[in-house]
Amino acid sequence: MIAIHFPALQVVVPLLAAPLCVIVRNARAAWLIALAVSWAMLYVATGLLAEALSAGVISYRLGSWAPPWGIEYRVDPVNGLLLVLVSFVGAVVMTFSRASVDHEVPRSQHHLFYAAYLLCLSGLLGIAVTGDAFNIFVFLEISSLATYILIAMGRDRRALTASYQYLIMGTIGATFIVIGIGLLYLMTGTLNLADLAQRVPQVEHTRPVLAALAFLTVGISLKLALFPLHLWLPNAYAYAPSMVTAFVAATATKVAVYLLLRFFFTVFGASFVLEQVQVPAILLVLSLAAMFVASTVAIYQDDLKRMLAYSSVAQIGYITLGVSTASATGLTATLVHLLNHGVTKGALFLLLGCMALRVDRVTIASIRGIGRTMPLTTFGVVLGGFSLIGVPTTVGFVSKWYLVLAALERGWWWLAVLILLSSLLAVVYMWRVVEAAYFKEPAPRARKVTEAPLSMLLPAWALVAACIYFGLDTRLTVGVATQAAQLLMGGTP
Amino acid sequence: MNPAWAIAVPLAGSALIAATGKVPNLREAVTLVTALVLVSVVASIVPDVLAGARPQAVLTEVLPELALRLEVEPLGMMFALVASSLWIVNSIYSIGYMRGNREAHQTRFYVCFAIALGSTMGVAFAGNLLTLFVFYEMLTLSTYPLVTHKETREAIQGGRTYLGVLIGTSIAFLLLGILWTWQVAGTLEFTPGGILAGKTGNAATGLLLALYMFGIGKAALMPFHRWLPAAMVAPTPVSALLHAVAVVKAGVFSVVKVIVYVFGVESLSGMKSVDWLPFVAGFTIIVASIVALRSDNLKRRLAYSTVSQLSYVVLAAALLTPISVIGAALHIVAHALGKITLFFAAGAIYTAAHKTEVSELAGIGRRMPWTMGAFAVGALSMIGLPPFAGFLSKWYILQAAVGGGQTVAVAVIVASTLLNAGYFLPIVYDAFFRAPAHGGHNSEHGEAPLPILIAQTLTAGGTVALFFFPDLFLALARQLAGG
Repeated sequence: MIAIHFPALQVVVPLLAAPLCVIVRNARAAWLIALAVSWAMLYVATGLLAEALSAGVISYRLGSWAPPWGIEYRVDPVNGLLLVLVSFVGAVVMTFSRASVDHEVPRSQHHLFYAAYLLCLSGLLGIAVTGDAFNIFVFLEISSLATYILIAMGRDRRALTASYQYLIMGTIGATFIVIGIGLLYLMTGTLNLADLAQRVPQVEHTRPVLAALAFLTVGISLKLALFPLHLWLPNAYAYAPSMVTAFVAATATKVAVYLLLRFFFTVFGASFVLEQVQVPAILLVLSLAAMFVASTVAIYQDDLKRMLAYSSVAQIGYITLGVSTASATGLTATLVHLLNHGVTKGALFLLLGCMALRVDRVTIASIRGIGRTMPLTTFGVVLGGFSLIGVPTTVGFVSKWYLVLAALERGWWWLAVLILLSSLLAVVYMWRVVEAAYFKEPAPRARKVTEAPLSMLLPAWALVAACIYFGLDTRLTVGVATQAAQLLMGGTP
Repeated sequence: MNPAWAIAVPLAGSALIAATGKVPNLREAVTLVTALVLVSVVASIVPDVLAGARPQAVLTEVLPELALRLEVEPLGMMFALVASSLWIVNSIYSIGYMRGNREAHQTRFYVCFAIALGSTMGVAFAGNLLTLFVFYEMLTLSTYPLVTHKETREAIQGGRTYLGVLIGTSIAFLLLGILWTWQVAGTLEFTPGGILAGKTGNAATGLLLALYMFGIGKAALMPFHRWLPAAMVAPTPVSALLHAVAVVKAGVFSVVKVIVYVFGVESLSGMKSVDWLPFVAGFTIIVASIVALRSDNLKRRLAYSTVSQLSYVVLAAALLTPISVIGAALHIVAHALGKITLFFAAGAIYTAAHKTEVSELAGIGRRMPWTMGAFAVGALSMIGLPPFAGFLSKWYILQAAVGGGQTVAVAVIVASTLLNAGYFLPIVYDAFFRAPAHGGHNSEHGEAPLPILIAQTLTAGGTVALFFFPDLFLALARQLAGG
């Protein structure tokens, strides 16, 4: 039975496919390999989530070494959900990528590009699937290094500085994380997450454990671009190739959020992090700052990718805000928004990729009048924008519903009002796009352009359709998120 | 019949309209057929509702224990009946207007119109607050392209105000109110007698009512009324059906619905903290009338008249007696018929004579007797004179105000009647009895195109007919007030 080995295959297949891409040295073949692996990984991930939902926790011993000595891969509904998100976005983005990458990356580098993508995918899936703290660090580095490469491949020369900026910030983050893990190992003598969860409570008030919590929180916050540690993100998203932006925006920060949840709730324990240490208060303030400051900055961006990048920082604020309400409803909101925002931003960045194919740099000026020449792409952007705003029948509404509900449950009226007010900022920045695309006289280049090829439109619209579908039928998303949230609040899986 | 058809028919129609966009005659035929089918669907539900049944349909379960659900009750029945039957008339009118003025993007116009009507049906038949909210927002978004139809700077600016106020109030206040209600009551289903009855204290009820009343921006309570005059940049058929009937009535309809089915008339009448509402409504009635009096632009004058008349409905609902609720429901219908006639006439004048200002209309009644005749009927109905529909609703509202000893409400109604007469009658008088100012130096014109004349004659006739045959709507309104 190959299904038994799904947890290992989830990581090993893309990891081995990456050198294969380098060996074949052929653009088309490399793309086909990456495409096939991406869809296979989606199949594996859904299989894992389904089993985790029915059977509870799946524990897999790598090389048959029993934990805590050997490395354990451990899938529960929380990371099962994340595996599905990452591999789903990967599969869709890969289907989309050929025409876009042909346009934006020199053909001689394609095999290397797809190899880097596969490494990144492998790293992100690895972080999610593993139950070992040091293993997390290893996969984090694999995915980060691959991401630096992918961002640097952007056509604009500023991609190099953007990548370098991210490299510096990302390395600081990774260092903090490894220091945190080291301190935990020092105090407990184990690296297995489940084992850590057993032993940390006995030493939780010692200074090294508190220091570990601090290092891990700051390190992970750097990776998930929590305001004000988000400075690497706008440039990285703006100058990376379109397909990379879509993939990284929809997955990388989400995986980092998962890490935060895993350490907070599984390793340190809900009651320790939420009640005894002032983590929620800090998160609350930073989340609110992200929601308002980043959204306001987004209003003043002319480059659409940068605008959506700042919007991402704001949306991450919503995600962490859910944690800071310290309730099961809030955590449900966090997990639902993790998925919803991944799908929404994936859709939007893919559609911007479609526009970039025709007008190169997607700015408010260059997309003037594009609603007439690229009607499907533009209308997709409008629907994606609705989801960012939180218009009902889109996924964004579902997230906001739970988030406001969590605030009301705590009796925090002011917070409910602030959440709703901040979503009005999204109306402002999305409406600049709508007005430019539909009402302005076409820019010279926008007049001549034609609709993007179907190979790009279909995957992008698949994500747009997901934005609407999961806004109407929430049994899967909210159902799994509720179960996962209860699991996290309850303590160890 | 399943009430979901009332939403499905216009939406399917919009797809067909888009598909037949290249052939204008076919496209317009599809619009008319869609409107006819919709009316027959809506009319087929009427006997059931009159017999006391409440036809239901579940669309989808969005959140656990919270479905998108339709349920037809008397008020929604009235609203749907008015909006769908006026859509037929308005479509005939649109054909004359859009062709007469050679407007661009006509396919987009008809597509958005059909979607807007589908959303209106959704608002009318919504079985709970979530469903109402979903279709309410859909209505805002689908009418945005109609407001900005001309794509001029002025239209874009108007569109910003339109969207800014409507989306802003609905997200910041209405959604908060809905979530609060869900938190407190544990349900959002519209229930006779109210779901909040006994669940909230005095202060909370007052605050919640404010969230609803100002959150429903489409009811245009001051200070959130600015979107309505801004929407007047749209082509006149849009102003006529959407900004005199569907959109604004969706607003006051929601207000009445919330007061009757969420708060409950009886439980509200015991609360001190809700006494502010008649004052805000009265203030809006008077101030908007004064602004209307001072507006020279005809459509702007009509828009402010609408703002003022909408608050009649809010005021009536806020009086919190069964008779005033009947008055509120009837006023939704009566004002719809009268105001659409006035807008039709304004559009006819624009199409035939290209005039937009009140001061240009002297003597126009001689060239356009049918149009100005219809205008006169609409104006008299607005003032509330018999034998026009406006008299009926005003009668009920006044009866409730006098009976309840509400001196302020009585004074507001009397004063606004005088103001109404002040800003409508001079137009009619000048049109018929004063000579044109400049001896007709501009090009000669006659009556508006035939479709326009047919449409405005139909609605003017309807205004009279409703006065003599109000039985259907009165029966529905009584059911509503009786719980």
